[in-house]
Amino acid sequence: MFFEIKDLSIHYSTGGNTFKAVNHIDLSVEKGQTIGLVGETGAGKTSTALGIMNLVPNPPGRIVSGEILLEGKDILKMSKIETRRVRGNRISMIFQDPMTSLNPTITVGEQLSEVIRVHQKASKIEATLKAKEMLETVGISGDRYGEYPHQFSGGMKQRVVISMALACNPELLIADEPTTALDVTIQAQVLELMKKLKNDFDASMLMITHDLGVVAEICDSVAIMYAGEIIEFGSLEDIFDSPSHPYTVLLFGCVPDIDSDVKRLTPIEGLMPDPSRLPEGCHFYPRCPKRIPICAGEAPVNVEIGDGHKVKCFLFGKGAALN
Amino acid sequence: MSENPLPLEKENEVYSRKSWWGEVWGRLYLNKMAMAGLAILIILVLAAIFADAIAPFGYDDQNLNETFLRPSLSHLFGTDNFGRDIFSRILYGARISLTVGLFSVSISVVAGGLLGAVSAYYGHMTDNVIMRLVDVFLAIPGILLSISIASALGPGLMNMMIAVGIGSLPTYARVTRAAVLSIKEQEFIEAAVSVGASNFRVILRHILPNCLAPIIVQATLGVASAILVAASMSFIGLGLEPPTPEWGAMLSVGRPFIRDHWHIVTFPGIMIMFTIFALNVFGDGLRDALDPRLKR
Repeated sequence: MFFEIKDLSIHYSTGGNTFKAVNHIDLSVEKGQTIGLVGETGAGKTSTALGIMNLVPNPPGRIVSGEILLEGKDILKMSKIETRRVRGNRISMIFQDPMTSLNPTITVGEQLSEVIRVHQKASKIEATLKAKEMLETVGISGDRYGEYPHQFSGGMKQRVVISMALACNPELLIADEPTTALDVTIQAQVLELMKKLKNDFDASMLMITHDLGVVAEICDSVAIMYAGEIIEFGSLEDIFDSPSHPYTVLLFGCVPDIDSDVKRLTPIEGLMPDPSRLPEGCHFYPRCPKRIPICAGEAPVNVEIGDGHKVKCFLFGKGAALN
Repeated sequence: MSENPLPLEKENEVYSRKSWWGEVWGRLYLNKMAMAGLAILIILVLAAIFADAIAPFGYDDQNLNETFLRPSLSHLFGTDNFGRDIFSRILYGARISLTVGLFSVSISVVAGGLLGAVSAYYGHMTDNVIMRLVDVFLAIPGILLSISIASALGPGLMNMMIAVGIGSLPTYARVTRAAVLSIKEQEFIEAAVSVGASNFRVILRHILPNCLAPIIVQATLGVASAILVAASMSFIGLGLEPPTPEWGAMLSVGRPFIRDHWHIVTFPGIMIMFTIFALNVFGDGLRDALDPRLKR
């Protein structure tokens, strides 16, 4: 296994309250695979991503438990210098908002060659040439090396950010909602580009998103997150053709389907539970239409219902017998 | 990517290549007061640089036959109690005053800026320790602090600049800290850390250039107050000793003769006033030009 998250928990504590943003997550990524991490706002997706880079702001955040293994080596136990070598070089991240993730006072090209120079023993000229080449790869003319971020459009900025993330041929690319801040026409372009470059550079990818359309477009496997837990995991076909967890089923009910003539979409009733007061038992229990008595008292465990298709719900496995 | 239908020259017109500083200059240029201030400053700097060529007399050329002369064509601003030409002394004094202003502000900008940036970036304990120390300094009025440091170090140009620099250091630490605090939360800082940049690199390359605007404004206004503090210190005898032609010292020396010979104190005073005025007006203009919310 090339990249593995084991039992990761991240808590934020402010003023006596503890917000359990991520709770005992397990996830593994194989070489070349793209995994989608899907969930609504506040499900702990971004916290997971920051946790992987060991960038959780501390305080208030703290990685309470868990291991993040990159080829068997725990990132969380690395020294500061080792971590810096991993960041941007072996694992890199594409941020949500390209408008704010570029430094407005430095030219785009310099920011790009900076990444190269931090990680590779390249001279200034070599880095510049490489940076121009990277700009060309994402479809921006190398002549625009000396321009500032404000001279680029949103979609182009996101391309620059993508080229920065790919500049050092990372093995794992974490994309934190890379298309959320872009309009739909650009979204498709950027996704297509990411898909292509991911293959060209032979990288694995963790795609964080709340957009099931994006997932369908580029992911191989999907992990559905709810209240800091992965409640369902499976291949793209598993999740899209036979969603099993009630939350996943409801999630698909929120997306318009072009084939069926639905007048109204069905929203999921209620709100995500307050992460400082998570309900006992199953976290989804208060909103679940299929709840059974056992859900309130006991936390469900992962049940494998198909090849690699895992669900955290009492409707399956041991709980189903009780029902 | 799509083919670009425009020839290269046209493309240059489409993408305005005006840099951020170019835009700031454009806005500053429209501000008449700021430009007037800048003009005065340029004249002063030129006068200071070419004092040797412009000044008709040396700054310590005494002529006891011609003491207390009123302003005339041969002595534009008159002469003082030793018969020295006040116009020449003011020209040479511009050198001292501008040096003191720039140098002491550089001391406080560099030292205060670094303290403020480190304090804001690392936060927690570091922040608390540095900021409480700065608070101790802030509790003492700047000029008193400068006076006590100057009296401990003794008179002299270098000591005076250090004293004035340290006296205004807390303000810069505060200003920089506030600016860094807001910049360090921005996503591009997180992005810089996520590509593996070191703390040092993040502070110097990514944070400080983005905080320059408030620091520059504070520094422009600071040069004015540094000149003023230096003049007051010379006035009470803690700065430069005669015959060095410091404007404050000239005021101080001329004070006993103010009843009968007004010109001895008036001209140095006017020069201080003009310099401070020019710096303040220019500083205000610069602040407005740097503030993007005033963009039209």
